[in-house]
Amino acid sequence: MSVTDVQAAVTRAHHEEWARVVAALTRRFGDLDIAEEAAAEAFATAVERWPADGVPPSPGAWLTTTANRKAIDRVRRENKRGDKQKEAQLLYDDDPPEPAGAIDDERLRLVFTCCHPALAMQTRVALTLRMVGGLTVTEIARAFLVQESAMGRRITRAKAKIKAARIPYRVPSVQDLPARVSGVLAVLYLVFNEGYLATGPDTDPVRHELTAEAIRLTRLVRTLMPADGEVTGLLALMLLTEARRTARVSPSGDLVALDEQDRGAWDAGLIAEGHQLVRERLAAGTAPGQYQILAAINAVHTSARDIRDTGWSQVVALYDQLARLDPSPVIALNRAIAVAELDGPQVALTAVDRLEDKLAGYHLYHATRADLLRRLGRGEDSRAAYGRAIELAGNTAEIAHLRHRRDQLG
Amino acid sequence: MQYLVSVITDSTDLASPDEDAAIDVFNDRLQAEGHWVFAGGLGGPSTATVIDNRGADALVTDGPFVESKEFLIGFWIIEAPDLDVALKLAAEGSKACNRKVEVRPFL
Repeated sequence: MSVTDVQAAVTRAHHEEWARVVAALTRRFGDLDIAEEAAAEAFATAVERWPADGVPPSPGAWLTTTANRKAIDRVRRENKRGDKQKEAQLLYDDDPPEPAGAIDDERLRLVFTCCHPALAMQTRVALTLRMVGGLTVTEIARAFLVQESAMGRRITRAKAKIKAARIPYRVPSVQDLPARVSGVLAVLYLVFNEGYLATGPDTDPVRHELTAEAIRLTRLVRTLMPADGEVTGLLALMLLTEARRTARVSPSGDLVALDEQDRGAWDAGLIAEGHQLVRERLAAGTAPGQYQILAAINAVHTSARDIRDTGWSQVVALYDQLARLDPSPVIALNRAIAVAELDGPQVALTAVDRLEDKLAGYHLYHATRADLLRRLGRGEDSRAAYGRAIELAGNTAEIAHLRHRRDQLG
Repeated sequence: MQYLVSVITDSTDLASPDEDAAIDVFNDRLQAEGHWVFAGGLGGPSTATVIDNRGADALVTDGPFVESKEFLIGFWIIEAPDLDVALKLAAEGSKACNRKVEVRPFL
């Protein structure tokens, strides 16, 4: 086996087995910190040994066994005063390996613990990427543009709180499950959006490593909870959004609006998979939640070969449905954008202007107004609105796009 | 596992009769279900005295150790197997006494 093959095997094992190893060790040792450290050591050992010894027939089992040994070593080191009985238990624990179903269940425990509502949102994101996703602290710090030491402290504090306050390592009870699942999905969607619309003056406008990781984790959660419609909805939403990623930024780094995108550059495979998931949810016949509705809206957009073929009345109807679940001004703004295509820019502008109180600090409110004013031939008002949008926007490609549009006003 | 559930407020007003009644119901439930350890209400910050006896003489200061808009006015100590159970009980306690609460584990 060549060096590249071994490297590929290690990478694959890392993708497929990291969460399993961490979950199994957390269960056994009751400590996320021990589990994380031992898992990291086991993978480091694999990198060292597999080139010489060959890739083991069952990489997952090899990694779990190796990580278990590392963890036992650490517990022994920390336990020098000698709780002999406990040590003996660790030594002679040769429980048969858990059946696959139970192991999947443990990864789900890990997800719910990392996304616990008693942790701050940013902490949940970081912890999920580390413990479930297997990203290094360095990678997570880079992805969120914070100092590595600060990110390390955030994760360490979270692990300490989980241990001291005894945040449970289990899947929530049936009556708590919907609220807790939506907490998990919020974490995954935040990771995706930070990748899709990255903020910061010196960053790439789209950070593919984050969108890819969010999709990978959502796929995992869907494997673990296949019956949950919102999990499927979120995966479909991500796939249909990711499908347009390359068409969304021009070679010069401008954001390309939906009406100007080269639809031939969209990823047909991702679109087909996303549409399939949306159809699956429609067939289920249960009332959809917000992610399923957003996925359906994106399915309408990605079904149109040309912007003019878009089923705008369907889009508006879906936004109405969404607004009933979540009467937020951002949803009303997006609805107005679809209304402009259906009933014209003047009707849309009237609806948008009603949102000023709530959205005056949101760049897309001003960008939407600017576009509608431009279409109504109100060049000066449009210019001013673009100016305000540019001041408030954070994404480099978006700013370039808005400047470009403003300059086109002549 | 024990948790301290601190009651946080910005007013030294006593609990209203309705709040008192709701707290009684909640306390009875804590006792019936084995979560009860101890609970009590406190005087306001103006009744506090700080003692620092780390030096040669005990230094006595009138008032709380830190002046803040919000302060501790009472607490429960509850027994719960994990934070999920503690948070559920704390949420009910907050509803009963009609005030914010903070949950912290005993080490």
